[in-house]
Amino acid sequence: MLQKLQQDSKSLVCHRSIIELENVSFAYKQKPVINHVNFSVQERDFVGLIGSNGAGKTTLLRMIVGLLEPTSGSIKLFGEPIEQFRSWNLIGYVPQKNSFNPLFPATVREVVMSGLFSRNKLFRRVTKADSIKCEEALHAMKIEDLAGKRIGELSGGQQQRAFLARALINNPALLILDEPTVGIDSETQEGFFHLIKHMHQHHNITFLMVSHDMEMIRSYLGEQPKQEAGKIKFYVKHSHDLEDCVETNLTHSLRELRHSMERGKVGV
Amino acid sequence: MDIITTEFFQRALIGGVLIGITAPLMGLFLVLRRLSMIGDTLAHVSIAGVALGFLIGVYPVAVGLIFALAATFAIEKLRKAYKTYAELSIAIIMSGGVALASLLFTMGKGFNVSVSGYLFGSIYTLDTTDLVLIGVVTVVVLLSVGLHAKELFLLTFDEDAAAVSGLPTRFFNFMISVLTALVISVSIKIVGALLVSALLTIPAACSLVIARSFKQSVVTVVVIAELAVIAGLLSAGVWNLAPGGTIVMLLIVILLLLLSVRRRLNAG
Repeated sequence: MLQKLQQDSKSLVCHRSIIELENVSFAYKQKPVINHVNFSVQERDFVGLIGSNGAGKTTLLRMIVGLLEPTSGSIKLFGEPIEQFRSWNLIGYVPQKNSFNPLFPATVREVVMSGLFSRNKLFRRVTKADSIKCEEALHAMKIEDLAGKRIGELSGGQQQRAFLARALINNPALLILDEPTVGIDSETQEGFFHLIKHMHQHHNITFLMVSHDMEMIRSYLGEQPKQEAGKIKFYVKHSHDLEDCVETNLTHSLRELRHSMERGKVGV
Repeated sequence: MDIITTEFFQRALIGGVLIGITAPLMGLFLVLRRLSMIGDTLAHVSIAGVALGFLIGVYPVAVGLIFALAATFAIEKLRKAYKTYAELSIAIIMSGGVALASLLFTMGKGFNVSVSGYLFGSIYTLDTTDLVLIGVVTVVVLLSVGLHAKELFLLTFDEDAAAVSGLPTRFFNFMISVLTALVISVSIKIVGALLVSALLTIPAACSLVIARSFKQSVVTVVVIAELAVIAGLLSAGVWNLAPGGTIVMLLIVILLLLLSVRRRLNAG
């Protein structure tokens, strides 16, 4: 009985459409950058966007998170047209490295905490519960010792973990990563991808990642792109290729990640 | 020393203390967003408004304020026209402001005496109306910044992440510009139009040297600005110096001291 209930709720949850692109085009100064892209991302998919510079990957990503408006076509997030979408706290976003000035006076803790400052939090004070979430995220990424340091003082890999902690603090359903490993040494990159893969396999998170790293994408998402749109290639690992996700609680999932990192499998 | 007990000096001191809170606070946001030059631009346009106010016999500070607000709109418009050369719009509007001011000042030959007070600052010219206006601006700035401190932090640190969190980034950018325009136009009577941007930027420059966290940097800019304003006004009063110049020289001395202390710490 209980099993059946769980299965039912799973089939309800696990086939939600997270991102839908319908005939999306974008032109910059009348020059088409993206032409009639149709694509959809289902819950717990892992999608890798690959393409040379100027292929429009970043443009596509920026449209999906609402930073750019498509010239034509429509985008839906979690089933809602992007214009009406308000549940921004469902999305965790890891920006390109070096998107900030290394001298910027902000501690790691302040940066991680800022992941909570979404539209839904306007006019609300930071609560005790928020601080606890922040400490948990720091803890899970093993950067609690660095929490009081200025973000610019951290190494590339440590900064990446800080930004991942910021993205995870809201327990996001969709994690968007924009070239997360550019400018990071290969060993640290490997650890970072291990972390990402672990999260994908054990937790109910959908991934959308722009990357240059063909090797990682191919080894995890397969040799063949699922779809091509112009010069952008979409590599996908579908949720039905994965084992069932049981764990959805952020605290647990983050602790588990930390343990697996401490066991020495991952050298992040 | 008698001057310190006079009514006009005390007005200047109260006004200075209030400006010492708001100007460096807005300056911190501008500097961190790499918009240091905006302060200068708004001040130069504001002075054109002051000149017009004299010419048509309307309260000059209010006309200066309207001009500064108009300039923030113009900068935004021009910035869109010269997307990749955003600083060009600032340079154009700055020289436009000075040009207009010089024209207007020479048209009304009778008021040349008060011009230098507006350019270099004066402790003799602040009347009760000015003080009330400074008080109102201070309350508006503190309320707006205090209410949205966490959103302004995120916007300043990572504008994309702020947008992905669903924050109305255009509104907040506009809010920063408008508040800056308000602060500058009420500050020029004390500090002077040519020097007011130093009160916005140098405390922020100091905080980049010593602050680790954003909280610290907010406290640092206000403390340093207050030190310079109070000491500067007192010495200007006692030795009959231009207050703006004294304040700015003190700020530069503080900055140099901090830089040399840090160098020594790094070397040791």
